[in-house]
Amino acid sequence: MNLAMILAENIGMTYRQVLKEIVALKEISIEVKEGEVFGLIGPDGAGKSTLFRILTTLLLPTRGRAFVGGFDVIDQYREVRNIVGYMPGKFSLYQDLSVEENLHFFANVFDTTIQSNYDQIKEIYEQLAPFKNRKAGALSGGMKQKLGLCCALIHKPKVLFLDEPTTGVDPVSRKEFWDVLKRLGKEGMSVLVSTPYMDEARLCDRIGLIFHGELLAVDTPDRLIRKHDKKLVAFRARDMYRLLRDIREEPGVYSCFTFGDSLHTTFREGDYPVERFAASLREAGHVGVEWNEIEAGIEDYFMMLTNDISDGTGH
Amino acid sequence: MERVIEVEHLEKKFGNFTAVDHISFHVERGEIFGFLGANGAGKTTAMRMLCGLSKPTSGTGRVVGFDIARESEKIKRGIGYMSQKFSLYENLTVRENIRLYGGIYGMRRSEIRDKMDRVLGDLGLLEERNTQVRLLPQGVKQRLAFSVAAFHEPQVVFLDEPTGGVDPAVRRMFWELIYQAAADGITVFVTTHYMDEAEYCDRVSIMVDGRIEALGTPAALKQQYGVPGMQEVFYLLARRAQRKEG
Repeated sequence: MNLAMILAENIGMTYRQVLKEIVALKEISIEVKEGEVFGLIGPDGAGKSTLFRILTTLLLPTRGRAFVGGFDVIDQYREVRNIVGYMPGKFSLYQDLSVEENLHFFANVFDTTIQSNYDQIKEIYEQLAPFKNRKAGALSGGMKQKLGLCCALIHKPKVLFLDEPTTGVDPVSRKEFWDVLKRLGKEGMSVLVSTPYMDEARLCDRIGLIFHGELLAVDTPDRLIRKHDKKLVAFRARDMYRLLRDIREEPGVYSCFTFGDSLHTTFREGDYPVERFAASLREAGHVGVEWNEIEAGIEDYFMMLTNDISDGTGH
Repeated sequence: MERVIEVEHLEKKFGNFTAVDHISFHVERGEIFGFLGANGAGKTTAMRMLCGLSKPTSGTGRVVGFDIARESEKIKRGIGYMSQKFSLYENLTVRENIRLYGGIYGMRRSEIRDKMDRVLGDLGLLEERNTQVRLLPQGVKQRLAFSVAAFHEPQVVFLDEPTGGVDPAVRRMFWELIYQAAADGITVFVTTHYMDEAEYCDRVSIMVDGRIEALGTPAALKQQYGVPGMQEVFYLLARRAQRKEG
């Protein structure tokens, strides 16, 4: 079980333009084991797709080495291509072919048939079957994703690469998609999946947080959350927008952001007197001020890590 | 309170398929209204009717005081629209984008010029006015897109999944802009797949199979369904969907 199905060592990617260099990836090293579902979590522009393209032999890195299923992605790209399934972030099936024709096409390219691997895709394909004669371009977003997954699985790959398979998909369809990934992992397939949704992180065996081409942290979701070392308090009051502005004015506050129905606030010092601060908010005219200390989630941790790097503008 | 959007038994059929099935609701001035639903539930079709881009099969509706079936051109002038997929022209500069949109909405040149400096100042973009939009950081682009959608001072801004794929901090800064707009009296009508964002809305509706199955403040909905978060409310309702998206 300890065989590394994906091994990336100091992978870097720099694009050279006329006047400047753009560093898309800096020294990324990851290892994904057999049967592991590994999540790459980060916003658009973090470098996720570049890493996917390198690992699926579609792009040559400017530095570092990588192996998939034990094969070198540069020298043995043919072998790599036979054992991977890849679903790019942008819908890349043939829009003018029907659902069934697309599936036939991908089965043929890998020298197999739909029938011989039907068990692999049955669970998803049954939902698509009513539309099998519809052109792929005319499917809804959720259905396109399902067809994309079927096409990536039709040759029973050992390693599956899914680049943002759930972006723009509603929460219920996203959950169904993740149930399938869990099963594939249990059956021994290694899965590298990227997502901008932090709530999907806890569904992975391990995750890597990626931001501006850099891997900030890699661990199991539980262990990552425990690395959040700042005092974290959830505040509520009637006028949340005013509360947000007032909390940010307080010098002892490190960060304050909206989180669902409360404001997650971190403090510079672990022994900050929160109740005294809450009382001063009440004195300043806030109605219904409540607070409680809470456990951090993945999103809290991600935001703590990026608070110092990001100037708040996404760059 | 003044009703900026008001629809009664709104219906849209495509052949035998009822995409929007007799929905009724209203949105008040300055409200942040979350319009939720699974893919294929009928949100986009409903939103297109509200924006005057598609005529209802039956039912009535008024947006910013005009009839959605007969006065769609007047509606288009009174609203703003932004989506994650498309909003600004990447190959035009910041200034050119603002001028283009201001012009489309019939603003005078002098009016555009005066307001442009104020808006760019608020966004901290005065220095970047001649930069092509494609070169701006994503978070900046996002906030600019919103400001452009609200530039002609519409009564309502429609936001169709405005925050898909952006990083957590940028997503929140964007919402702070929405709060600010609402505090200034602009009504915000927003769709999202992030359920934490549903919590930021004053009221939300959840569409299932073309119908509005739930409508209320996030607190009231959570209480009604006896669950701790909007995520759970959404699961409970969307799982009941019968109709298969195509």
